Amino acid sequence: MALRRTCLAAAVLLALPAVPAAALPPGDAQRGQAIYERCQACHSLARNRSGPRHCGLLGREAASVAGFSYSRALRESGIVWTAASLDRFLANPFKAVPGTRMGYAGVKDPQERADLIAFLAAAGPCPE
Amino acid sequence: MRDTITSLPRRSFLTAGARSTLSAGAVLLLAGCGGNKAAMAAAPEDDINILNAALGAEQEAIAAYQLGAESGLLTKPVLDLAVQFQGHHKEHAEVLAKTVRDLGGAAVEPLARYDFPSGDLKSEADVLRFAAGLEKGAVSAYLGAVPLFAERELAKAAASILGDEAMHWAVLRGALGENPVPVAFVS
Repeated sequence: MALRRTCLAAAVLLALPAVPAAALPPGDAQRGQAIYERCQACHSLARNRSGPRHCGLLGREAASVAGFSYSRALRESGIVWTAASLDRFLANPFKAVPGTRMGYAGVKDPQERADLIAFLAAAGPCPE
Repeated sequence: MRDTITSLPRRSFLTAGARSTLSAGAVLLLAGCGGNKAAMAAAPEDDINILNAALGAEQEAIAAYQLGAESGLLTKPVLDLAVQFQGHHKEHAEVLAKTVRDLGGAAVEPLARYDFPSGDLKSEADVLRFAAGLEKGAVSAYLGAVPLFAERELAKAAASILGDEAMHWAVLRGALGENPVPVAFVS
């Protein structure tokens, strides 16, 4: 089981394009808020919906929100959500984590991804 | 088999309404009559995952409209609209669930409880704005799903639902007194 998990995590890492974090342009949280409206069929900051909540996302291990049922692919991905890993995932979720249940083509524009990530970072931790 | 799809009588396709259109497409692809079998074989699990993501959102929308309908905040014309739109989402969910099952997957079930911001809904406008936000999100979600389908007939069916969600969004914006179609492109 451990070997399988390691192999899957390795496969995910290989699938993630080797884009250095420095490639991410500066993001604007206000613009990111408008882009986030695209996510709101499934996600919100404060509540789990058909997708998990996004408060406290930066720095969190993937698939770690209590009470949300994740795909095995994401559970075994070994990802920690940083600006760089989010940038890669948001660019093409299916390519970054094959088997993810997030059926979304991705945010293709690097500036839009940077803005979205800035908004998510600004959202801060989840209220207790 | 693709001829079966293209030989659908054009008149009935254009006049039978969304339910018939979607159902015809769904029935054909569920019966294995889809066009792009090679692509389909490449990623059937992905198609099931995309469909289930859409199904989960549709189930939430059904529950959200139920919340709005039972809120006591809606006037009769708006209530009628909410019930009509909820009916559309029920049709979407029915087709999506059947498609998932026929592709060999397990359709996701509605959540036992949805954590809606009920306390923030204090007026008809609040309910309309809440629903409009869900519909706008749904448009974006289907837009993000359409290019991913391995099976092109599924992409077509998703695009058909996208059109319906966009109409909902526009009508809800209009009911709020906002420009119903504020942009030339959705994203």
